[in-house]
Amino acid sequence: MAFVALGPQAPVASQKPTKTGRVALYLLLPGLFYLGLFFLTPLFSLILTSLKAPSATGVIGRYDVALEIGNYGYALGQYAPQIFRSFSFALIATVIALAVSYPIAYFIGVTARNRPLLKGMLLTLVIAPFFISMLLRTFAWKQIFSNDSWLLNTLKDVGLMGADSYIIGTDFAVIFGLVYNFIPFMTLPIYASLDRLDLRLVEAGQDLYANSVTTFRKITFPLSLPGVISGTLLTFIPISGDYVVASRDFLGSTDTAMIGNVVEANFLRIQDYPTASALSVLLMAAIVILVSAYVRKSGTEDLL
Amino acid sequence: MSADFVARGQDLELESIRKEFPGFVAVDDLDLKIPAGEFFALLGPSGCGKTTTLRMIAGLETPSAGHILIGGNDVTDQKPHHRPVNTVFQNYALFPHMSVEENVAFGLKQRKVDNPQQRAQAALEMVELQHLAARRPQQLSGGQQQRVALARALVNRPALLLLDEPLGALDLKLRRQMQIELKAIQMEVGLTFLHVTHDQEEAMDMADTVAVMNHGHIEQMGAPEALYDRPKTAFVAKFLGQSNLFVGEVAEADDAKLAINFKGNRLAAPAARVEKTKGKVAIGVRPEKTSFHPEKPASDPAVNTLGPGTITDIRFTGVSNQYQIEIPDVGEITVFAQNVGKSPVVELGAEVWVSWKVEHSFGLADLPTGEEEVAE
Repeated sequence: MAFVALGPQAPVASQKPTKTGRVALYLLLPGLFYLGLFFLTPLFSLILTSLKAPSATGVIGRYDVALEIGNYGYALGQYAPQIFRSFSFALIATVIALAVSYPIAYFIGVTARNRPLLKGMLLTLVIAPFFISMLLRTFAWKQIFSNDSWLLNTLKDVGLMGADSYIIGTDFAVIFGLVYNFIPFMTLPIYASLDRLDLRLVEAGQDLYANSVTTFRKITFPLSLPGVISGTLLTFIPISGDYVVASRDFLGSTDTAMIGNVVEANFLRIQDYPTASALSVLLMAAIVILVSAYVRKSGTEDLL
Repeated sequence: MSADFVARGQDLELESIRKEFPGFVAVDDLDLKIPAGEFFALLGPSGCGKTTTLRMIAGLETPSAGHILIGGNDVTDQKPHHRPVNTVFQNYALFPHMSVEENVAFGLKQRKVDNPQQRAQAALEMVELQHLAARRPQQLSGGQQQRVALARALVNRPALLLLDEPLGALDLKLRRQMQIELKAIQMEVGLTFLHVTHDQEEAMDMADTVAVMNHGHIEQMGAPEALYDRPKTAFVAKFLGQSNLFVGEVAEADDAKLAINFKGNRLAAPAARVEKTKGKVAIGVRPEKTSFHPEKPASDPAVNTLGPGTITDIRFTGVSNQYQIEIPDVGEITVFAQNVGKSPVVELGAEVWVSWKVEHSFGLADLPTGEEEVAE
């Protein structure tokens, strides 16, 4: 009966997309709700806070709604070194993580492709750090790098380090910690790209007079670029805002403070909410600008 | 650094090439010589070692033993990018991140040839795709991709062009068209072509010489007509076209002919067309050389006759019909008859005698094992 009702002239084709469109919309609702509640609302609140002025009552930690654009200038001026350091550290750590991760990802995705056991073991090793809290792992490094650790004592004994030199609190320690924490985020997307790489294309490159270096440069690397881009974004963005590794409680010192640490200090210790908010907004804006420039450039393959 | 830009093809020589993989021998001491400028087909079922052979020539696989010579130079230890060889891969292996023109110019740029773009354009013109030069490979149809792959290989003017079942993914009509184009291009450029395929019609249609490969070695090699007319092994007889094979003890053998006793029937073959004259011998005939008769034909020493039998199956294939005739105590015989008149010539279930001229019989060097028919 239903078929008869529809009839041959029934505009099935035009009805169907509307129907699926509506279903898709319903399915999207939880996501939209989530985004509205947990992203847009805090963002709005953050921008609002970043423009507040100190309360007329003079009570510390109290602020009134205002349009104090000067907060941004103050934040920029006051914390320029930390902002610069954040992006420098993020850039350096991302580059090092890429250099370390690419060979690992290549080995798992290409070399070990036909050895499922080895491949599974290596992938597990890459993911293994996630089994332990990042805080604990970073703290473990603090122990290893601490002044009286066996590592430093050994290095000092063999003369590789000066007697009164140290690691904790240096740029090296912070960048090391950042690279260490974010390597899985770099390795996994690159692995996913290389795992799908059609090795016949590499053979075709060799067949067309390209040596192994050229084959890598012109074929393997460009074809793994989607993974490289996701990997670099997944490391660069969180590293820019990271406040754990560089904090004094972990591998950093006041000399290595990044934006995250400043935001944390302003929010939780100084209770300077407008400056902390302005810094957060600035960080977000900078990341959006940098990332969109990067993605656009890599999309046109100029990145090579 | 790499080989010269040659104007013509060069000859290829394989000297006792062997390739062992863990647990099996893919190519078993293969000797082969392909003269310059020839269109050579390596034909065989999947797993016969033909693709491994091709990959060793391209340098993508290292032989376990033996030598590969191109134009007299030993290239066995050369890396693929140093060999004057280009390959049209089975699935084309076009670079998805490059335009059609960049794909075609890739090899030229690696060898630092002058005017790569111009040459790539010319190569695309040859395959009539110059208007698609700016497209990405995945925007092209299968046939177009195939032609890009061909242009990408040919533009380098390799001493030897390897074709790894390049037409396998195309539909029948396009495949026929590409076969004609490929052959025309080969004649035009005068390069040596080595074509690997499991399609016997394709091999016979295009190649000057066909080598039939099985279990890592060449069973028989020669011009397509010669191979078809006189297969020497049961495998070739069954793989290259179809054959009716009859096995029996040799009943008489002299300078003119050989006859076997096949279940009480005397089947003869000319002495010049048999490989073996003692013991059990397999005698065969092609189905289209065979005919059937509603009456028992008069006895004639120049004709082999079997029957009577019953038509058990008729398959219409367009230009001809394929008839299966079941002869009691003898077995099944296949006969092709052209549909020049009324089709079918006889009705299903009719009683017929089968006969063919003795001169069309061939005697094999081995006996059928029954496994040949599983071949593709």
